[in-house]
Amino acid sequence: MGLDIRIPIGSLFVILGALLAGYGLLSNPAIYQRSLGVNINLWWGGALLAFGIAMLALAWRAAAARGRAGREGVGEPDPFG
Amino acid sequence: MAVYFAFVLGIGAALKRYMRTSTDYFLSGRAIPAWITGLAFISANLGAQEVIGMAASGAKYGMATSHFYWVGAIPAMVFLGVFMMPFYYGSRARSVPEYLKLRFDEKTRGLNAISFAVMTVFSSGISMYAMALLLKLLLGWDFTTSVLLSALIVLVYILLGGLTSAIYNEVLQFFLIVFGFAPLVFLGLKDVGGWHGLAAGLRQVAVSRGFAPDAWTSTWSVMSTPASNPMGVEWISIAMGLGFVLSFGYWCTDFLVVQRALAADSMQAARRTPLIAAVPKMVFPFLVILPGMIAIASTLHGGASGLTLPHKPDGSLNYDMVIPLMLGHYFPSGMLGLGLTALMASFMTGMAGNVTAFNTVWTYDIYQAYIRHGASDRHYLNMGRIATVVGIGLSITAAYAANRFNNIMDLLQLLFAFVNAPLFATFLLGMFWKRASGHGAFFGLLAGTAAAAVHHGLTLPVGSATGIKGGWIAVTHLYASQMAQNFWTAIYAFGICFVVTVAISLATRPRAEQDLKGLVYSLTPRLSAAGERWYARPAVLGACVLAGAIVLNFIFR
Repeated sequence: MGLDIRIPIGSLFVILGALLAGYGLLSNPAIYQRSLGVNINLWWGGALLAFGIAMLALAWRAAAARGRAGREGVGEPDPFG
Repeated sequence: MAVYFAFVLGIGAALKRYMRTSTDYFLSGRAIPAWITGLAFISANLGAQEVIGMAASGAKYGMATSHFYWVGAIPAMVFLGVFMMPFYYGSRARSVPEYLKLRFDEKTRGLNAISFAVMTVFSSGISMYAMALLLKLLLGWDFTTSVLLSALIVLVYILLGGLTSAIYNEVLQFFLIVFGFAPLVFLGLKDVGGWHGLAAGLRQVAVSRGFAPDAWTSTWSVMSTPASNPMGVEWISIAMGLGFVLSFGYWCTDFLVVQRALAADSMQAARRTPLIAAVPKMVFPFLVILPGMIAIASTLHGGASGLTLPHKPDGSLNYDMVIPLMLGHYFPSGMLGLGLTALMASFMTGMAGNVTAFNTVWTYDIYQAYIRHGASDRHYLNMGRIATVVGIGLSITAAYAANRFNNIMDLLQLLFAFVNAPLFATFLLGMFWKRASGHGAFFGLLAGTAAAAVHHGLTLPVGSATGIKGGWIAVTHLYASQMAQNFWTAIYAFGICFVVTVAISLATRPRAEQDLKGLVYSLTPRLSAAGERWYARPAVLGACVLAGAIVLNFIFR
């Protein structure tokens, strides 16, 4: 398929994660009374960021493997590509 | 939220240049890897009605709601992947009704195609209606704005990228829903004192409602009689009605989900699609049912932070509010945006799935079959785009109709249930009995639907008025709950359809065997799994998934 879906998924979660974690760092701690004292924005934003980066890393690795295979004309087909 | 919408539309735009033929548009050129179609497969079913409805059932019935997953969905998905997919994918049918045409005849396909097309439009309309109601409640948006906005977004991304766009967005929405709701379960559990606190609260809920203390935390041990559990059903109707007839009927014959597997890039990938999908499906109860259980325990038993379900005007608890209430209660601003986006994403997947299934069935099974045969591929591609616009237009109309006349929607859903109940009998006989004939299938389906209607007309759930709930012919039997009535309606419809199909098939001429190659089990060469790594073989994957479901059933017995 033309577009590796891991790129849009990865980018979306990197942006959302960064926004959320950034807000978690800057926001007034009083709002976390609702979430039982857990700064859920910071923690969960970090989790989303890590997930997004992992997705992008997988996509880049697959693209690099395809590039190598393309130059050599052979190679293992990427099972997720 | 704005970031998400930009992405949704961006994917549609990025995929536009790949949409050259109708196969690209309706079947994604059969070129998508299995893990993507697998996630789209469950995501297409993970509409908001599913999320909100399962949370509501979790509050109403407790852990036993997981029967819809561990008895219902999982075995059916394994059966689809291991046994049925070779016929769908291998016959090169482009849709489920088209398989019926290849296997049986034109009239069986027509019946299925038309009822399916009408059903998808209404489901998508109901999805839109439910979303508009919720947005009005949560954000104060007015009905027309929400309906038109959601319709416009879904329209643009399907129009541009076809099924691929819908599938890509479904995968995106899958992750968004999981990430949006997982912290809700975490915070909710923390609030009621972990699993032990929740179980203690649910014991009090069960006792206060007059059931055994473990009625809300167990799945099988309370199923001996309808009176011993809040669902009002007993184990045989769970196993046969829900597990066998309804779930196999839905997961194995509904084109909305099967279409995702048909988009896969190879037979192996198509067969793996439902099997891969079954893995996250197995853990979904913890994501969608647990919030309901937390909410009811907290409401009746008193959670630390005082989460309480609101009441309806008639004084009963409003279970449909579980998810929206918990979002607002536990999430601070920031996370709340993500949670609401996940909720909207689930509404839109519900709509988009229906619209893509509708445009395909309309174009291939109604337009190409009955209205204009043999036109160019470009013509059908354009027709698909027109059908997308018309389908969404009709859904909007349906959303307004649902808003104006609530009873009409109940009536329609009842009719669809009658039409769907016998379907699995037809497919089962079609795929595994070469003698089954077209006349047999057609009249079997009609008889099954009639049987469903008659059974509904003769029975009534306890405490309901005759009419839309049943008993409109005469009340000969009372069921303990509406769910029990539904399960038994399905069992009767399946049985009658099966018997009538067999009887008429034996009395009519079967199709010549050479026409049925690739369509019937006994006339299709076995697929060789050689060359696939052992762990990727459908039978091995299917067995692992089933074993997982059995273990879960055992743990939460």
